[in-house]
Amino acid sequence: MAGKPILHYLNGRGRMECIRWLLAAAGVEFEEKFIEKTEDLDKIKNDGSLMLQQVPVVEIDGMKLVQTRAILNYIATKYNLYGKDMKERALIDMYSEGVADLGEMIMHLSLCPESDTPPAEKDAKLTLIREKTTNRYLPAFVHVLKSHGQDYLVGNKLSRADIHLVELLYYVEELDPQAFGQLPSALKARVSSLLAVKKFLQPGSQRKPPMDEKIIKVKKVFRF
Amino acid sequence: MAGKPKLHYFDARGRMEAIRWLLAAAGAEFEEKLIESSEDLDKLRYDGSLVFQQVPMVEIDGMKLVQTRAILNYIATKYDLYGKDMKERALIDMYTEGVADLGEMIMLLPLCPPDQKNTKLTLIQERATNRYLPAFENVLKSHRQDYLVGNKLSKADIHLVELLYYVEELDPSLLANFPLLKGLKTRVSNLPAVKKFLQPGSQRKLPGGEKSLERARKIFKF
Repeated sequence: MAGKPILHYLNGRGRMECIRWLLAAAGVEFEEKFIEKTEDLDKIKNDGSLMLQQVPVVEIDGMKLVQTRAILNYIATKYNLYGKDMKERALIDMYSEGVADLGEMIMHLSLCPESDTPPAEKDAKLTLIREKTTNRYLPAFVHVLKSHGQDYLVGNKLSRADIHLVELLYYVEELDPQAFGQLPSALKARVSSLLAVKKFLQPGSQRKPPMDEKIIKVKKVFRF
Repeated sequence: MAGKPKLHYFDARGRMEAIRWLLAAAGAEFEEKLIESSEDLDKLRYDGSLVFQQVPMVEIDGMKLVQTRAILNYIATKYDLYGKDMKERALIDMYTEGVADLGEMIMLLPLCPPDQKNTKLTLIQERATNRYLPAFENVLKSHRQDYLVGNKLSKADIHLVELLYYVEELDPSLLANFPLLKGLKTRVSNLPAVKKFLQPGSQRKLPGGEKSLERARKIFKF
């Protein structure tokens, strides 16, 4: 039964945002069920929907998938954004995982509430992110693109690796508009102007804003 | 050119062990180039072998793959341990990621400051008992098949069984109430390739002690 995928998460970026980006870039409409109170989360925990008692959960093609990577892999395969063979898939995975590593650092930074994180700790985290972005991650992706001179990271075709990277570039830019050295700006521009992505980037789409005062709410719902 | 895969890492489990297990269980022989000093690591970095300047790195089929999951996914596909279609792959991924979450907690425990270690250990025991082990036991209960997905050995079974060995090392009592998991552990351990890997003298790595941690700190500078 082919209904739209249903995304269960809080009304914020967190670990669901890359899934929203991927679906959107694939031109797939999706519904969202927001978890707003602890009771909402308990309800899906208790009805057996949550294999590991965690969200994200995505209902798609008769399955209730958990674990971000499982969900992303499935969507990428379904919408032909995962390369043409296993070697391309390996490259796509490599690049996606690099993006995820930096993305994780940035996400953790955004989850540090202003009130209880000592400024020195937050600064140290930010410095580390800047350092890794400038010296490790951005150069790696710039190098890949330079090495083949093609429009996309793998196989001269749009793949999830490009979408994940471009999403990350927006977060890097949010962190510091001056950005960190060389950005793969041509790729960012190219992907951003694809119709489905352009639509997603406009106000009013299902794209979520940065977490700020919402952090307190998040902490309450997920009890951490 | 089909030489054996070559694994670049230091002499410890760390993030390479899951790869060693998977290759071994697939019956694939592999070589290891051990990183013994920070100079060895620098050399790999300077000669452009490491996309993100990090190990694990595996040379396989003309590629220099980094990132554990990229490597594992490639190996699983190559050796037919990744299910028969995308839906099976989704289940395998789900279970694999659950294993990885608990496995990560266990792997990072030795790095914990001494005053937090007990709290972390208690959390691991709680999560294992109330979240992870029951989830996998329930999967096996739901279909009563020999393996987690599609009635066939897959990477999910191998990763889970590896984890069960670590859980047992941490606290043998944790597996007590999970008969189907114990059955899976026995079944997978008796597969000839796995049995061989479990024997002393194989490429399986022992738990790292203080010395191993010190060596890691020197090589990776943390």
